[in-house]
Amino acid sequence: MKSDGSPLALFKRRSALKIFAGTGLFANAASLALAQFRVEVSGVGMTQMPVAIAPFRGEAQSPQKIGSIVKADLERSGMFRGVDAAGLVADENTRPDLASWRQKGVDAMVTGSVSPLADGRFDVRLRLWDVVREQDLGGQSYTVSKADLRLSAHRVSDFVYEKLTGERGIFSTRIAYVTKSGQRYTLWVADSDGEGAQSALSSPEPIISPAWSPSGAQLAYVSFESRKPVIYSHDVASGKRRLLANFRGSNSAPAWSPDGSQLVATLSQAGGSQIYSISLNGGDPRRLTQSSSIDTEPTFSPDGRTIYFVSDRGGSPQIYRMGPTGGSAERVTFSGTYNISPALSPDGRWLAYVSRVGGGFKLHVMELSTGAVTAITDTSADESPSFAPNSRLIVYATQQQGREALMTTTLDGKIKARLSGADGDIREPDWGPFHR
Amino acid sequence: MKRFSSSLISSLVLAATLVACGSNVKLQDVPVEDKSAGFSQADADAAAASRGVAPVQIGASDASLAGPANTTKIIYFDFDSYVVKPEFQSVIEAHAKYLNANKSRKMAIEGHTDERGGREYNLALGQRRAEAVRRALGLLGVTDAQVEAVSFGKEKPAVSGFDEASMAKNRRAEINYR
Repeated sequence: MKSDGSPLALFKRRSALKIFAGTGLFANAASLALAQFRVEVSGVGMTQMPVAIAPFRGEAQSPQKIGSIVKADLERSGMFRGVDAAGLVADENTRPDLASWRQKGVDAMVTGSVSPLADGRFDVRLRLWDVVREQDLGGQSYTVSKADLRLSAHRVSDFVYEKLTGERGIFSTRIAYVTKSGQRYTLWVADSDGEGAQSALSSPEPIISPAWSPSGAQLAYVSFESRKPVIYSHDVASGKRRLLANFRGSNSAPAWSPDGSQLVATLSQAGGSQIYSISLNGGDPRRLTQSSSIDTEPTFSPDGRTIYFVSDRGGSPQIYRMGPTGGSAERVTFSGTYNISPALSPDGRWLAYVSRVGGGFKLHVMELSTGAVTAITDTSADESPSFAPNSRLIVYATQQQGREALMTTTLDGKIKARLSGADGDIREPDWGPFHR
Repeated sequence: MKRFSSSLISSLVLAATLVACGSNVKLQDVPVEDKSAGFSQADADAAAASRGVAPVQIGASDASLAGPANTTKIIYFDFDSYVVKPEFQSVIEAHAKYLNANKSRKMAIEGHTDERGGREYNLALGQRRAEAVRRALGLLGVTDAQVEAVSFGKEKPAVSGFDEASMAKNRRAEINYR
């Protein structure tokens, strides 16, 4: 936990009182089925701050239940436990009976309102209260179109998260994912909770490996629409696509450099699967690996100085790293015989990957400074991990009760949430960057 | 309590003003001047404008063209292997003969895997299978001008099912004339 910023003292105070956050409220796999969307948060965390979020005045009549979305966001982060405030009638101008909420063990409280404006837009307001010190921590107001009401709820969550943790919230960020429904594949762009999905690409052939550009304006992905895998860069807002790699054979596993100037990818043009860098300004791709084995799934470290990748040069797939222009590679994973799908946290501290354990495929997290590895899921069909831009959460695909699902998890695996999303088999998530 | 009182008063004053004006504008339409800690107006519009998603639809791809008659187009592989087994040599020979006799025909060898394992690594394994078939054809004189080895990895299984018999049917290379 960070040690600066007075609101964080609330975390420490509450931990010191040894209140167990999860008792009775979040037994494993507790399901909170809300009318509008399915939120399933499971796990017990001892350092979750209890926060009461009052229903926003006016939300019952509005298209979006702002308070519910905020509560789900904060719970999914793993840092907060939502305390029921269903009966409370309040808005951003109401000072709650903070002493009484303090008695109930609540550390912070959110009140607010959502009001329709004459021009069809909505005015969303909130105020955040420090219940322990009985202080107003500030408020915010947003004027948004109806289409952006959900986004405004996520911005409320970001505001609350940032005030209380000192860290940037990720709730206004977007994720991309792919669904397969019948014979149709769709690439979706959705809110960080999987909701509000909009189709970016719909195709009769598979789409895999979506990768957000550092600016968040584009998605690179592999499309099989021409009956071989090729890499496109796709401007999400305009739908304009650019064919980046259609070399002889298969083109796949695109990943952006942190400065957005190049893509690294796996090309088979020289025979076998090898890693190349492709400048977005054109020109021939530059080969980075020189092995006769499979080298694939390249991904840059956030400082751009290292490329992590998968290679079976040692006999089975393991994760290695090399410099940004190739050269000698150093092995990174040593446990198990099958380690793939590396993902680096934006703060550079963590490596997430999938490891085959006893026939199942399980998400693992390695602390890079020590090499310590932890398996963080109970499922055994995990795929495609991707970090949130604040490095605090990982989104991944898995199967639960035979159905494909997207999940988020805290890095210690303690708090997990199943994301709702578009219909169909759901896979290949990638978490987008902060908005600039 | 002081803060609460001042915002209550300002709300009441505002309400009184609007009633007095006889305006139809809702109370909430007027920005409230709030004196308490850090209440600020956020500009959501700029961020919202950049969040549009334009949908792109792709139509169906062209159907495969005919190749040599009465010749199977599928070669199966053992688990974790990309060796073309001897029992498929006659298939290789039939297609090589056809391609050598019809120099304008082009075909793709599409490598596939069963569903176990990661998508990208399986794409590379499927590529190995396709290239093994390409090399076998190459030994019989077929050049790259007529053949491209590509992979579908685990994305297009021939049969669903996690029993060994089903998975064996997915470990394959398919020959597709284009």
